[in-house]
Amino acid sequence: MRSERLTGLKVNDRDNVATLFCSACASHEVEVVDRQGRRISVVVTGDIPYGHKIALGDTRRGEAVIKYGEQIGVATSDIRTGQHVHVHNVESTRGRGDWEEEAGSR
Amino acid sequence: MRFRGYVRSDGTVGSRNYVAVIPSVVCVNEVVEAISSRTTMTRGIYHHQGCCQLPPDLARVTDSLIKLGQNPNAGAALVVSLGCEGVDTDRLVAEIAATGKPVERVNVQEIGGTARAIQAGMDLAQKLAVKISGQQRQDVDLASAIIGIKCGASDATSGLASNVVIGYLADRIVEAGGTVIFGETTEFIGAEHILARRAKTPEVAARIYEIVGRMEDRAKSMGVDMRSGQPTPGNIKGGLTTIEEKSLGAIVKSGTKPIEGVLEYTEAPSSPGLWIKDTPGREIEVLTAMSIAGAQAMLFSTGRGAPQGFPIAPVLKICGNPITYENMSGDMDVNAGLIITGERSIEELGEETLAHLIRVMSGEVTKCEEIRYTTSMDIYTLGPVI
Repeated sequence: MRSERLTGLKVNDRDNVATLFCSACASHEVEVVDRQGRRISVVVTGDIPYGHKIALGDTRRGEAVIKYGEQIGVATSDIRTGQHVHVHNVESTRGRGDWEEEAGSR
Repeated sequence: MRFRGYVRSDGTVGSRNYVAVIPSVVCVNEVVEAISSRTTMTRGIYHHQGCCQLPPDLARVTDSLIKLGQNPNAGAALVVSLGCEGVDTDRLVAEIAATGKPVERVNVQEIGGTARAIQAGMDLAQKLAVKISGQQRQDVDLASAIIGIKCGASDATSGLASNVVIGYLADRIVEAGGTVIFGETTEFIGAEHILARRAKTPEVAARIYEIVGRMEDRAKSMGVDMRSGQPTPGNIKGGLTTIEEKSLGAIVKSGTKPIEGVLEYTEAPSSPGLWIKDTPGREIEVLTAMSIAGAQAMLFSTGRGAPQGFPIAPVLKICGNPITYENMSGDMDVNAGLIITGERSIEELGEETLAHLIRVMSGEVTKCEEIRYTTSMDIYTLGPVI
């Protein structure tokens, strides 16, 4: 990683998201690098703040969002390549007291 | 690798030489504050517990205060008691004194009120400070080091830069024969299977699943989604979407070594190596847990900028976000954002930070110590206040 400013990082080969280290990326093509130094270009389709995630591929509603090679949550709507991936389209499956509350009240 | 520390009569080694001024109950925090602010080598161990709690919590608070007084960074202790608290103050004083360090006590109700307690406390603190002030640092092996690690006010850079640096140090310290402790059980949720694979025995792996299940049940007990409690609004603003994502980044700071065992909140490790301590995620209770375990220093990773230190331990702030580092350079000790900007490799920054830690263990002050941002602490209790 030395002597190169990161603009985007894909942590694990299995990941379908990358973390961006630029702001005001909207409508730009950003370069994402993986741990082996390989580069992928992705066109950003919305505003993605510094440190937030971009979709590297299409993910359907209900499918897993993968970072660090592990599931970090599930898509709550269809996500297209280049979109901002965050709380508006991903939910956790852990610590969901609300799900147990709903199950209990049914 | 070696550092220069204070070798105590029980064989433990301190990186600092303070008089710990310990309130046995929240009700005397003002007395402790008055004593500590008028004396120089003293540090108040402020907390909000010690009375009107159920017996298991009172025992837990008593044990925690004993371990804090026994921590090698305290060369002496002054216990301030109200006189009617639930904490067992006799046991507190006796067990700290059993380490061989000088201990004094003052009782506000017996001595005749606040003003007299402050005056007597200042006289006792002064006497203790003069007594220990001549102690000299000695050259000791890094195997004597017990280092607590923590991440707080995290953002997406934490798991990719600052926690990576701490993980590098954790491995180096364990390889040198030292002890490293990490906690924040909440931030194992979604990553517990990775930690369990590194457990030294199947029993330790089972314990990891057990404490995570217990913490997740607590998080679910109010019938709501834990999101915004964890991850916090600041985490979310910084790009962390779910607890799973936060956890996968948080465990990076534990490095790659086998996990020796799981410690309860008031326990200390029985041998060197990498240990887990069962704690919640909040800073003030985690740093206390590390000090209870005997930590002489803490490595604290942040992305959004957590400023706090700890009363009796240096806390080295390692910032993963280069923008935050520039913005809060008066609070941050190490710029791990240099990994993001491509100015340092992980190994280069890891070696620089290890050298920095050894200097701090030997007496160099951290930024939060210098501005005395060091009183934010509390003891994690389980039951209700009654």
